[in-house]
Amino acid sequence: MLEVRDLSVAYGQTRVLDGLDFQLGEDEILMLVGPTGCGKTTVLRALAGLVRPNAGEIVLGDKRITPKRDVPPEKRRVGMVFQDFALFPHLSVIDNVAFRLSDRTGAYEWLERLGLSSLADAMPERLSGGQKQRVALARALAHEPQLMLLDEPLSNLDAALKDTLRWDIRIALKEAGVPAIWVTHDQEEALSVGDRLGVLNNGHMEQLDTPEQCFSQPTSRFAARFLGEAAFVRGRREGDLVLTPLGNAPALKAGGHGEPVDLLVRPDDLTVVPSKEGNGVVEWRRYEGESRLYAIRVCEGEALRVRTNHEQDLSVGCPVHLRISSEHPLAAFPAESAAG
Amino acid sequence: MRRWPASYVLAAPVAVLAILPLLVLLDLGAGAETLWDPHWLEVLWQSLALAGLTVLGALILGVPLAVMTAYVRLPLRGLWLPLLAAPLAMPSYIGAFTFYAAFGPGGEIEALTGIPTPELRGLTGAAVVMSLYTFPFVLLTTRASLRGLDASVLDAARTLGLSLPQALWRAVLPRVRRGIAAGALLAALYTLSDFGTPAIMGVDTFTRVIFVEYNAFGLSQAAMLSLHLLVIVGLILFLESRFGTEQERPGRTLVLTPGAAAGSAMMAAALLVAALAVALPLALFGIWIARDGLAGFDPMTAVNSAWAAALAAVGAVVLALPVAFAALSGRAGRIMDRATYLGFGVPGIVMGTALVHLGLRIPYLYQTLFLLVLAYTLRFLPLAVGAVRSTAERLDNNLTHAARLLGASRREAFRRVSLPLTLRGVVAGGALVFLEAMRELPATLMLRPTGFDTLATELWRVYEAGYFGRAGVPGLLLVLISGVALVLMVSGERGLKTGLADNKG
Repeated sequence: MLEVRDLSVAYGQTRVLDGLDFQLGEDEILMLVGPTGCGKTTVLRALAGLVRPNAGEIVLGDKRITPKRDVPPEKRRVGMVFQDFALFPHLSVIDNVAFRLSDRTGAYEWLERLGLSSLADAMPERLSGGQKQRVALARALAHEPQLMLLDEPLSNLDAALKDTLRWDIRIALKEAGVPAIWVTHDQEEALSVGDRLGVLNNGHMEQLDTPEQCFSQPTSRFAARFLGEAAFVRGRREGDLVLTPLGNAPALKAGGHGEPVDLLVRPDDLTVVPSKEGNGVVEWRRYEGESRLYAIRVCEGEALRVRTNHEQDLSVGCPVHLRISSEHPLAAFPAESAAG
Repeated sequence: MRRWPASYVLAAPVAVLAILPLLVLLDLGAGAETLWDPHWLEVLWQSLALAGLTVLGALILGVPLAVMTAYVRLPLRGLWLPLLAAPLAMPSYIGAFTFYAAFGPGGEIEALTGIPTPELRGLTGAAVVMSLYTFPFVLLTTRASLRGLDASVLDAARTLGLSLPQALWRAVLPRVRRGIAAGALLAALYTLSDFGTPAIMGVDTFTRVIFVEYNAFGLSQAAMLSLHLLVIVGLILFLESRFGTEQERPGRTLVLTPGAAAGSAMMAAALLVAALAVALPLALFGIWIARDGLAGFDPMTAVNSAWAAALAAVGAVVLALPVAFAALSGRAGRIMDRATYLGFGVPGIVMGTALVHLGLRIPYLYQTLFLLVLAYTLRFLPLAVGAVRSTAERLDNNLTHAARLLGASRREAFRRVSLPLTLRGVVAGGALVFLEAMRELPATLMLRPTGFDTLATELWRVYEAGYFGRAGVPGLLLVLISGVALVLMVSGERGLKTGLADNKG
């Protein structure tokens, strides 16, 4: 469906995308995350034909696009949902959705499916943010694109709306059976909505896998830190286990027998209990409603975060015992000289 | 590399056309015998004195009124800004004409009321009139800056122990000095370019002397003087370009509620200014019509004005469209855009001089309506470009991107998205050009075909003949047209600002 090979884009001297490779299946939703300036939006603009790549190729359906053989945006059949919606302010909702359609049936169908029927004749300025986003989605889908691009579609909306809308968008995309690339900076969105997840860093793909794999088995420290809270504990490999000051834990690959490794621990891989002869003290605590988050300072080194049941109430300064309690294998990385 | 945007291809010839008057003047000036005549030192001095006095007057009127309209809550809230901006929409020669006729021994005021008034002519008269018609520049730029300020700074100043006037003086006005300076420069620019007021008041400024030279067949002298004037204007435009407007984080706007006495005093002051600038001309024209009736007014003058102005409006808009879009497409486009702004800096009398020369060089051109319309078009092109560009600027790039991703070609995206969204600007720009051209005096005097009289030239004829009663109808019509221009400009604060930025010159 979509194949991107060795795609590079530069603005002047600045390289924004550097040899990007990936493929997208029939109706797959790929979430793209990464820090500001990592090139997420540029990927979309390159696929849409709004910026010309310097190298590489894009195979989109039956079209092969290279720096020499450009295909203008209007010939690509790519739908895009912009961060600021980009609804035509002088056209009504239905005129927006049916912008280039001679037969408006499809447009009305999409309005209906997205619960916008009553707004068909409204002007965009009268719509709420969530409605605008739905209209933008309907407009793109009604034109039957072969690929959808969503550029942080929910970032201008408030939190309560985001939650329902992101599932509405996913359902609509699946109904249309269109593959999509969805750029977001919201971790929760990135992990939950898509079929696959790509972590972009500095113009290259740090990891591209299912959300589960990306979260539990990050291939790099960067990916580990970017998705969720991450800390590293120095240990030594013994077979399938890594021995650490916080107990032994099953671990994945990385490092030979007896070699030092850094073990990735997330707040829910740890267990803390009050103990007079413990190995640490509570440095600070945060109440999160359903759970509590503690920072535990273990003798020397960085404070580790641990998430517990909300019933476990430890006061600051309380001596505790902290240990790794994960039953699934944890990701391990070859030890870095300055551990962390 | 990248191919040129389509707009460039169309905008480049327009840009060349726009700087044509300058080239013509340089050509003409090159043939002049003297570069500098010692007598012109006096002309320079008179011009600068008038500009300086006018700026002073405009500041004295404009800054306090700006504070008033920006912050003070007065009854009839919507009235004050349009009322005080009104003089801007009127050509100052209307004011000069009525002040000339109203004041002094044997003036209309003495004739009507028996109260002798001092003569208001010469440099003083011209400065008073120009101040009354240029202070809105200061008012509007200052007010716009004032509205952008966060009131909490003033509150902070007051909690630190300053009285309200002190706080305004020390914590507010310094933050808008660039806005004030921009307004002052506009006032100076307008004064230097203005022909009608010094001509009527008898001040030998560049514009008046150029016209005298032209009438004495000293076209090369006129061209040389024009070039000197352009240098000064260019200097002021350069200064103006150095002043950005203040950018502060927007916040709550200050609101002052005055006591009854203070409020009344402010309203009285504002009314007095408006009375002198707007009501006095209206009253005189009304009196003249009542006294002399409609006889002697040739309706063809109004038709001629409207016809030439309409042609100019269409011409300006058609030329402005590609330039406005080119300006948004890249660096070269911005240069083309700047080139069309030349008309803004070229005083009407200078444009007239240049095109008279052009007309004499090219067969069949002199004394044609085409030449007059061309002068209007080039002179007021910046108004059209500015209006179109400011609406085009607000177009989100993503809108055209969205259109193209939905399958529209470049051309279709322009036709169905960009163009309809700039239509407002096109109409507004066309209307501004129309209204300005209807009131244009100096270029019309120099370029009109024989027998082609407009409202403005009619007023001039009446002044020269000294038979003021005949000025009633054309004068009133000119004020009415100005009123329409004003309504157009104040239909929205934003509109007023864009109108202001490019208006006059």
